[in-house]
Amino acid sequence: MPQTTTKALTPGHAEITALSPTREQLLWMYDHMTLIREFEERLKWLVETGVPVGAVHYYTGQEACAVGVCAALEPTDWIASTHRGHGHCIAKGVEVHRMMAELYGKSTGTNRGKGGSMHITDVRVGMLGVNPIVGMGATHAVGAALSAKVRHTSQVAVAFFGEGAASSGALHEAMNLAAIWTLPVVFVCENNRYAQSTPVEYAVAASNISDRAAAYRMPGVTVDGQDVTAVWAAAAAAIGRARSGGGPSLIECKTYRYYGHHQGDDTRRYRTKEEEDAARERDCIKRFREQVLHDGSLEPEDLNAIDKKNKEKIDLAVIFAEQSPLPDPSELYTDVYVTEAR
Amino acid sequence: MKTETPAAVRELTFNQAINEALRLEMRRDPTIVILGEDIAGGAGLAHLGFVDSWGGSLRATKGLITEFGPERVLDTPIAEMGFVGAAVGAAMSGLRPIVEIMFVDLIGCCYDQIINQAAKMHYMMGGQLNLPLVIRTAYGTRGDGKRTYGGGAGAQHSQTLYSVLAHIPGLKVVVPSTAYNAKGLTISAIRDDGPVVILEHKFLGVAAKGHVPEDAYCVPIGRAEIVRPGGDITLCAIGRMTHVCLEAAESLAAEGIDAEIVDVLTLSPLDETTILDSVARTRRLIVVDEDTPVASMARDIAARVAEKAFDDLDAPVKTVTAPDTPVPFAAVLEAHYVPRPSQVISAVHELFGTGD
Repeated sequence: MPQTTTKALTPGHAEITALSPTREQLLWMYDHMTLIREFEERLKWLVETGVPVGAVHYYTGQEACAVGVCAALEPTDWIASTHRGHGHCIAKGVEVHRMMAELYGKSTGTNRGKGGSMHITDVRVGMLGVNPIVGMGATHAVGAALSAKVRHTSQVAVAFFGEGAASSGALHEAMNLAAIWTLPVVFVCENNRYAQSTPVEYAVAASNISDRAAAYRMPGVTVDGQDVTAVWAAAAAAIGRARSGGGPSLIECKTYRYYGHHQGDDTRRYRTKEEEDAARERDCIKRFREQVLHDGSLEPEDLNAIDKKNKEKIDLAVIFAEQSPLPDPSELYTDVYVTEAR
Repeated sequence: MKTETPAAVRELTFNQAINEALRLEMRRDPTIVILGEDIAGGAGLAHLGFVDSWGGSLRATKGLITEFGPERVLDTPIAEMGFVGAAVGAAMSGLRPIVEIMFVDLIGCCYDQIINQAAKMHYMMGGQLNLPLVIRTAYGTRGDGKRTYGGGAGAQHSQTLYSVLAHIPGLKVVVPSTAYNAKGLTISAIRDDGPVVILEHKFLGVAAKGHVPEDAYCVPIGRAEIVRPGGDITLCAIGRMTHVCLEAAESLAAEGIDAEIVDVLTLSPLDETTILDSVARTRRLIVVDEDTPVASMARDIAARVAEKAFDDLDAPVKTVTAPDTPVPFAAVLEAHYVPRPSQVISAVHELFGTGD
């Protein structure tokens, strides 16, 4: 199998060498990147036509991060996510119709309509929860990794977080704990440059967030978060290290969110159209298509079939959400305590 | 035939009882782990002969690392947000973690993990996962100005913050008062599939000594206990205040007032039935609480009784609580801070119109 070498963006870091993704992996990556894109674009349209789906934070633009990392995970591995979590959910295997139903507040949703966008969880596929208290999910990933270690399983936990969370105490406590206990956890920072409207240059006293890995005795690398195979290669190396008892790693993915912080945010208050246009030039899906068609690893009909399938999948997800029943008012009182038998 | 002689009644202190509860449960279930600051102590220094150097702030975890090893008894850095978060994550993924927060005053450092994460996971995730997490934490003020160790700790190491925990839906909050119920409630908390906070009074740790059976047993969460039956007035007490009320009840009995004492034991979910039944019999209620009064358990209990049993009452409900101030340092001030038997007796006299 051919080797691929991913150039780390940070000087002084070793290049990452990994096996090239197989055809199946490439198809999986394209499938999941486009499914996330379709989900978010449809959701945006629904929001703009007045469907009350609650507070949502679009993942559009960052697809290569979630997909590159999850492509290197096993189904039994865990992820902990952020408020901008739809991409992580889809990449880890949460079904889009149950996600959409959750956003509609329906009883068929992932959380029976009691969570919403900011709490989507599906433990059956190792998705430990979208978590909108910024930084906290990382501590939970550390706990899951501790669980794997104590129970002597080979599971790995991934903590997704943004560059905004990188300034939170929770992240630093989580990284320190993971390092002193040599836990199988990978910290994945999606640096999309803005914490709401606050730019990374202002809020983070480091040239690269990956530089902070050195402070916690773990490898750190910065990769192009718009290049799914680069993310995959870095993730595969870090996950392999974690699984074999080598402890935690930090990966920083340089990426960009195309839309505002949430559905009501006008980005023109803090960034220019030129900057946004330039970011879209480096779109992860566009670049992936160009690359795989150019090197002949996939054919146009492979990609077009996936596009068609995913559009239909989201059509069905919306229909499922619309037609699903609302929770019974009695649901207000269920599951406050765990003692109730289901 | 051999005559059966009664076995000597085995007595343990409050802390020894908790230690035994932890030990028995850890033997039973290998998924139980304990995390906290200096719960073993001297971490990583075994090669120098230092093992189990500390044993937790109240010594309730003493010796556990020797039996269960550092993989299950994890000393942590001073990072409450991190290690309580790790415990939440571990509880979501197959372990049954017990965390020790040295003093309840420190919950500010990890309040989000308790109130937004642990308490709400089960509900907001639609019941799809359990969260078998126990948080043990020490609380309370010295009160008598005498004991040196652990006393005189001032405003940030002496509080009784349980009302800010009981306020949160989804959390169970228990406050044991004796060695017996400390062991039983700890075991119940460990076996509960949701998050339970146990508040252990610093000055019951050694002082509350009593008979504790050797085997594992549960004291049910959500049930109050009538620790002294009486017909004239209900004294509803929390934690160490149960002992204050027992002392007050002795004096009251001498003057012909027979007080019933309800030890609340679980603040949330509260056993309203036992309290209301008692009030229906005695027709009078005083709630005695070491916490500050505003938005407190004392006033919550008073309000519930006023709402649900107003017609049973022959007199207004009263509360005896700490004042609405921080905990002071000087022993003379501290002694005035914590409710005392004399205050309970005065409150009873007021209700009976025999004020001093």
